Amino acid sequence: MLSLIFITTGIIFNLLGCIGIIRLPDTYNRLQAATKCVTLGCCSILFGVVLHFGLNDAGAKALVAIPILFFGSTVAAHALIRGTYHFGIKLGKKSVKDDYKEAIK
Amino acid sequence: MTEYLDILLYIQIGLSSICLFRIIRGPTIPDRMVGIDIFGILVVGICAIISVQTEKSFILDIGIAWIILSFIGTLTLAKYLSGKKLNE
Amino acid sequence: MRYVTVFILSLIFWLLLTFRITLPNLIVGSVASIICSAVFTRFFIKNVYKLLQPHRYYWFIIYLFVFIWECIKANIDVAYRVLHPAMPIRPGIVKVRTTLKSDLARTLLANSITMTPGTITIDIIGDYLYIHWIYVRSEDPEIYTRMITGAFEKYIKKIIE
Repeated sequence: MLSLIFITTGIIFNLLGCIGIIRLPDTYNRLQAATKCVTLGCCSILFGVVLHFGLNDAGAKALVAIPILFFGSTVAAHALIRGTYHFGIKLGKKSVKDDYKEAIK
Repeated sequence: MTEYLDILLYIQIGLSSICLFRIIRGPTIPDRMVGIDIFGILVVGICAIISVQTEKSFILDIGIAWIILSFIGTLTLAKYLSGKKLNE
Repeated sequence: MRYVTVFILSLIFWLLLTFRITLPNLIVGSVASIICSAVFTRFFIKNVYKLLQPHRYYWFIIYLFVFIWECIKANIDVAYRVLHPAMPIRPGIVKVRTTLKSDLARTLLANSITMTPGTITIDIIGDYLYIHWIYVRSEDPEIYTRMITGAFEKYIKKIIE
């Protein structure tokens, strides 16, 4: 029963992340919403799977998958936002500050 | 229980199709890549829900392999975006 | 010594993935772990005796709880910004100075910042972290440095250095 609660929470976080992908105005902000919400949502789903299976082979696999997913997606987001900046996409219209422009000259 | 998991599975598949919308529609190339990255993470959630539904553990193996492949794919695309060769 | 540590860690990882202890399984796992330790030891941490000090694990567990709390706060924050009809965003890239020295500590700090409310690390040049922030709350370097790295830096210093 507790596992179903965790899985449902994960789905709700995923839903919020996908609304963020649709609504936010430029690439950087989309990446913000998407990465945080979807990663935590999928970690929550996998934790629900761990609680459902208990301590056997499937539970151990799901438990191993959580740190792999976590580090993989954060490093991927980091590489992707850096690549986006070097590709030449400008920051959105509402931006107030850009310290990185002087650093990479 | 199974009907409830069915509903959750359909919602998750619908969310992945939202990512497909961003991949098709996205005005620039990095937008499409964000869509691909998020799509890869959502598929892992689908694998986890299916493994609860069918009580089989090998689907989680598919999930782990999918995480690692999607990670490598995103890193390659990011390298391409920043204009470097792949061995740097 | 470092080779033995990498061998033991990868053998534990293999046994967690397969989750059965039989002789053929152990033999295959040992061969794979020997190959892994031969290839990947040069990326491992320099001083392996730090892994045996128990107070680092104590601080790591406390850090884990702090981190999960910050993570949940991050999600509620992003959800508020996404669902609000006017979308209150004010993005910008800020420059933050860090006092951590080792590579592993900086990696952990960058990953933690990526998961906290509205911030993603873009790059590390020298001692400075460049961070994209979805809502720039203040323009003063000291205030935003404390807001972004303040919660994590002291724990990471106790865990790793």
